[in-house]
Amino acid sequence: MSIFKKKKKGDLPAISTASLPDIVFMLLFFFMVATVMRDTELLVQNSLPKADQVTKLDKKDRVMFIYIGKPHERYQQRYGTGDMIQLNDKPASSQDIQEFVRKERAARNPELEKVLTAALKVDRDSKMGLVGEVKQELRKIQQYKVNYTTVVGSALDQ
Amino acid sequence: MAKRGAPPEVNAGSMADIAFLLLIFFLVTTTIETDRGINRKLPPIEEIQDPPPIKEKNIFMVMVNRNNQLLVEDQLMDLKDLRAAAVKFLDNNGDGSCAHCKGEKNPESSDNPEKAVISLQNDSETSYKTYIAVQNELVAAYYELRDKVCLQKYNKTYRELEAKYDDPRTKEAERLRLEPLVKEIQAMYPQKLSEAEPKRN
Repeated sequence: MSIFKKKKKGDLPAISTASLPDIVFMLLFFFMVATVMRDTELLVQNSLPKADQVTKLDKKDRVMFIYIGKPHERYQQRYGTGDMIQLNDKPASSQDIQEFVRKERAARNPELEKVLTAALKVDRDSKMGLVGEVKQELRKIQQYKVNYTTVVGSALDQ
Repeated sequence: MAKRGAPPEVNAGSMADIAFLLLIFFLVTTTIETDRGINRKLPPIEEIQDPPPIKEKNIFMVMVNRNNQLLVEDQLMDLKDLRAAAVKFLDNNGDGSCAHCKGEKNPESSDNPEKAVISLQNDSETSYKTYIAVQNELVAAYYELRDKVCLQKYNKTYRELEAKYDDPRTKEAERLRLEPLVKEIQAMYPQKLSEAEPKRN
């Protein structure tokens, strides 16, 4: 029977996979540190424009997010293809902004109210018409601090 | 009786599978956060009764039309030239009252940075990326001038100073020390960037 045990010539030894878990754990830790849990599902397309004169946003409890963009492809049947505002995880119109800001303020500590920033996450291909409306509404409710959220890159080549 | 030797080794072959499972879970449920952007302050809404008169030459008109073309001071301009044009306008020092300016003292352009106003008007069909690019260039012009004057005075760029001042980790004493410096540089080139309400059509 020894004929079966005899190794064939040129048979490669098996590659050791003992370090595979280490590599995967490394990747896992990287993603755990570098990313955050998604808290709102995006209904709108949201590829942000590029800019390089940026400052870092404040801590998350001092920021409220307003999303603007075309509806995602799978929602286009329901919401059409025009630009749309999203507040929290619902589609909204510009009339809802004031109510939204009021609610966001009520949910925060009173001392944070003054430093609260409205972060506008607007798709790069949106039109300024809707953004202008949103800005008007924010001015009406005295929410003057805004941040146009962008990704870092040269503004000239988009 | 069986001899007691070393405890048997735990099979770690499935460790990789478990780790992969976790990794895929995190990949799916998380996003890399974009937490940077251009900070701006919106103006209050109340209409100012008889606004202070501003001379025509102290206004730097930037208009963006529906085709995302720029009209700067009644001339068509490329986006890449906007920053230099804005710097030239702000630093012009037409009446010679600004000691730190290095402008050309062109009498046809702005009197001093104190009086110089940049006015931005966009169409409602302008795309957002152009708007951001224009904002970016104009903010950059202010930063460029502030950096220059700050580097001369304190051997540090304004950007570094401001970052230090805004950083929540900076100690309170340090912040109090930096505050007059930041305010001083800001006052040298005050950011007067006004936005007209978008045109309807």
